[in-house]
Amino acid sequence: MFEKVLTFGTIAVILALWFAVTGLQLVDPKLVPSPQSVWTAFLDIAQNGYRNRTLFQHIGASLGRLIAAFLLAAAAAVPLGLASGFNAKIRAVLEPVIEFYRPLPPLAYYTILVLWLGIGDQSKIALLLLACFAPVYVSCVAAVIKINQDYLNCAYAVGAGRWQVFLHVVFPACLPDVLTGLRTALGVGYTTLVSAEMVAATSGLGWMVLDASRLLRSDITFLGIIIMGITGVLMDRGLRLLERRLVPWKGKE
Amino acid sequence: MNQLRQKQEEPLLALNHISFRYPAKKDEITALRSLSFTVETGEFLCVLGPSGCGKSTLLRMIAGFLKPTQGEIRMDGRRIQGPDWHRGVIFQAPTLYSWLNVRENIAFGLKMRKTAKDEIRNVTQSYIERVGLKGFETKKPYELSGGMKQRVSLARALVNQPDLLLMDEPLGALDALTRQDMQALVRKIWHETGNTVLLVTHDVDEALALGTRIMVLSSRPGRILNEFYPDFTRRFLSGDGEEVQYLPEYLAMRREIMKEMIRESGPAE
Repeated sequence: MFEKVLTFGTIAVILALWFAVTGLQLVDPKLVPSPQSVWTAFLDIAQNGYRNRTLFQHIGASLGRLIAAFLLAAAAAVPLGLASGFNAKIRAVLEPVIEFYRPLPPLAYYTILVLWLGIGDQSKIALLLLACFAPVYVSCVAAVIKINQDYLNCAYAVGAGRWQVFLHVVFPACLPDVLTGLRTALGVGYTTLVSAEMVAATSGLGWMVLDASRLLRSDITFLGIIIMGITGVLMDRGLRLLERRLVPWKGKE
Repeated sequence: MNQLRQKQEEPLLALNHISFRYPAKKDEITALRSLSFTVETGEFLCVLGPSGCGKSTLLRMIAGFLKPTQGEIRMDGRRIQGPDWHRGVIFQAPTLYSWLNVRENIAFGLKMRKTAKDEIRNVTQSYIERVGLKGFETKKPYELSGGMKQRVSLARALVNQPDLLLMDEPLGALDALTRQDMQALVRKIWHETGNTVLLVTHDVDEALALGTRIMVLSSRPGRILNEFYPDFTRRFLSGDGEEVQYLPEYLAMRREIMKEMIRESGPAE
């Protein structure tokens, strides 16, 4: 309970500092806009939009890309990762490819994806897919490898086949770690998304922030960053909620 | 299958010059060297040995999880190639599936072998009652105490009606009272089902309280030092209760076994 107070206290202190610094005009409002002006900007672009698109269209554009890529990545990385952990031959094929591209900064190969797939959503989704894939894959492989062998032995000893063991034992046993991997992936994807929109886009939160900063509209830049932060926290909360529903045994074994 | 076996006069289980070596950094570690013995239907064999004598390895080979480096193990005359549901296994740490409740954990094997739904329901329920888990059917493993978990493990193995039950120190992690309860349960089930049991333990009293035959293994590389044929488990059953542990013949056999183990491994640490 006291921790909650501390959390809200911290937020309040930061806001108070912001109000004070801008209210006393200690800094140039071009560099640090006042909270009031950010709020006005919010009302303005929520109603009138920013550069032909409403605020919610910008948010929608960003989240649409992220969610599409995240779901595709999860659909591919979870089965491939679990299979790689379970079967050394599959791992031998996939791991070198993933080991190679994983440490690359996504923006390095983004230019190539743009050349291949164009400046539209496809190249962005492809980029995010690649960014999300690696953390999920890696956590799935690690999860399978650390399963207690006796979990599997017990299943074999009561007559389960290899495929049944994979489906009924390996998959649920790995689920807690898979979900942790998904949370990491969502974070990585979100960071990458904003960078991608900053390189080439005409919509989305990342683009809005960059475009506004070019026009010295620091109120909109601040607004964009705050919205990004809050959205990120909300998505992670959502996944944590899902985690509690899906793997109630996590940390209790 | 029982009759078939008797006709051929084959033992239920036969180990023929089994050795097992673990690959290690420099040399190999020999866990077991040239072990041979047989187990007859209905026996309750306790394999007794100090920690690290390879008794768990032995059990894992019989279960089919490990392949012996040399020699072969036959059950019903057929060579053991891998795990098989005719051999039920219970580990010291109950490896229950956290995502399934008690009933689903117990029914797991039947479900994997695609038994009819009605039959799964009936058989599972009867074993739930037998091991005293009535009322706990929908609990998750992490909501159970250690003793309860081990009851689930026991039922999960028994529900498949295995010809041989393999137990790897199943009661080692329980407190003294729970252990006594569980010993009584294991004994009762062994007696009622006429199952054949092979139990691995380092606890002399457990071996004496349960086994109809005790095989003492040496420290690594494990080999058979001696065998004993106690009768105390039946006396527990016939109502003598825990008093059996104070009988002079019980204490005499206990002393002999301890002597055997100490002579082999030096004074206890």
